[in-house]
Amino acid sequence: MTASAVPLLQTPLNSAHRKLGARMVDFGGWDMPVQYSSILEEHHAVRRAVGLFDVSHMGEIDIRGPQAFQLVDYVTPNAVSRLKNGQAHYSALLYEHGGFVDDILVHKVADDHYFLCVNASNQDKDFEHIRQHNTFDCQVDFSSPSYAQLAVQGPRSVETLQKLTATDLNALKYYHFTDGEVSGVPARIARSGYTGEIGFEIYFQPASAEKLWTGLLAAGEEFGIKPAGLGARNTLRLECAMALYGHEITASINPLEAGLGRMVKFDKGDFIGRQALLQQQEKGVTRLLTGFEMTGRGIGRDGYEIHAGASPAGWVTSGGPSPTLNKNIGLCYLPVSHAQPGRTIQILIRNQPVDAVTRPIPFYKRAS
Amino acid sequence: MYPENLRYTKEHEWVRVEGDSGVIGITHHAQNELGDIVYVDLPKVGAAAEQGKTIGSVESVKAVSDIYSPVSGEVIEINEALTQSPEKLNEDPHGEAWLVKIRLSAPEEINSLMSASDYQTYIGE
Repeated sequence: MTASAVPLLQTPLNSAHRKLGARMVDFGGWDMPVQYSSILEEHHAVRRAVGLFDVSHMGEIDIRGPQAFQLVDYVTPNAVSRLKNGQAHYSALLYEHGGFVDDILVHKVADDHYFLCVNASNQDKDFEHIRQHNTFDCQVDFSSPSYAQLAVQGPRSVETLQKLTATDLNALKYYHFTDGEVSGVPARIARSGYTGEIGFEIYFQPASAEKLWTGLLAAGEEFGIKPAGLGARNTLRLECAMALYGHEITASINPLEAGLGRMVKFDKGDFIGRQALLQQQEKGVTRLLTGFEMTGRGIGRDGYEIHAGASPAGWVTSGGPSPTLNKNIGLCYLPVSHAQPGRTIQILIRNQPVDAVTRPIPFYKRAS
Repeated sequence: MYPENLRYTKEHEWVRVEGDSGVIGITHHAQNELGDIVYVDLPKVGAAAEQGKTIGSVESVKAVSDIYSPVSGEVIEINEALTQSPEKLNEDPHGEAWLVKIRLSAPEEINSLMSASDYQTYIGE
């Protein structure tokens, strides 16, 4: 069977995107907008004003029960005990060998209820993974069909969303969430995002997707809001060096190699992958996620090979232009010996070595 | 949208014959499909071009796209301005943002290319 024989999955906003003239692409089996007007314009709108993303393809999993904490703490490397009700953190699902099943957000709704946001293309695998390890008698629900998700991101996102909700958004701290209403629709409002700007991710019933989409576009009009597609989502997250599953993180990469050691809390007790990661930590990693900036002419793209001197050294995981910095940047895996900033490397662009220099990440950080 | 005096390829390049040479570019349709163009890689003056073979590439924010030469010959001029301002390819692909000029070694190749109306039919416009 060819890929085109399988119908693409759609978010509840598919026709709204088409009405806006979006260019649609197959993203992990989902028919998603890659851009509406221009990736650069959408990128700048998020950095300078506000942008609205449909991220309804993302997956949601609810874990409930008296031992919900035990299950979540066992299947994720971060310390779930540190979460208060209404707080979230960045974490992962790992294999025993330490590689990624997925990177996820864990929200603590109540002592006996956790809400996970997972990647669209991994959601079935994630759900199965958690169920397999559910020796804690928890209720594990695949909740994706119950949720649409919008991301309102950018310096004017607070003012935009505040018009539609009674929840005091200024009181909502980074990586905290609350259940409230947006335009009269029950919604989980989280202060989080994938752009490096102030922003919110809103989870609510799919039947209200058009209402919130048009409502937010109208509310943000005076600030210059733009609907933004996956193209801008990618350039924005790349500038902040945020990982994308399938690129920086895969089943054969572990969090220590990905520079995500902060999500691994060895002292919390047992969790899947702990043994392997502990060994890796004692031995030291051999490769490390590193930033680079092109110094020669060209753009290092995903998958391109990297040489140091004359020998192969690593590969580009994500690369492209940085609209904010006006440079060509990227992320790559390099041997630890080459992973310090300031090293000259060569990226093979169509079999031609082009110079780049390693850089500290993130490339961009919002002025606070 | 598609000037009558240009000839077009299935890979979305155009050529305009000027005496014994041809000016080459990419079409409006191509730039629109690519989106914001951020980088152009052109051959060196003196390079040999062969019809249907790669002579360079155009990169948008998202993707790299090869440029295939619509004609054979020798590259005699390149549009240096595109190095500094690749976004011109989005703004004026049939005019100011031409890519290279080639001295034609097989002028009859032009006959194998599409007219403006054939090209518009081909892209479904």
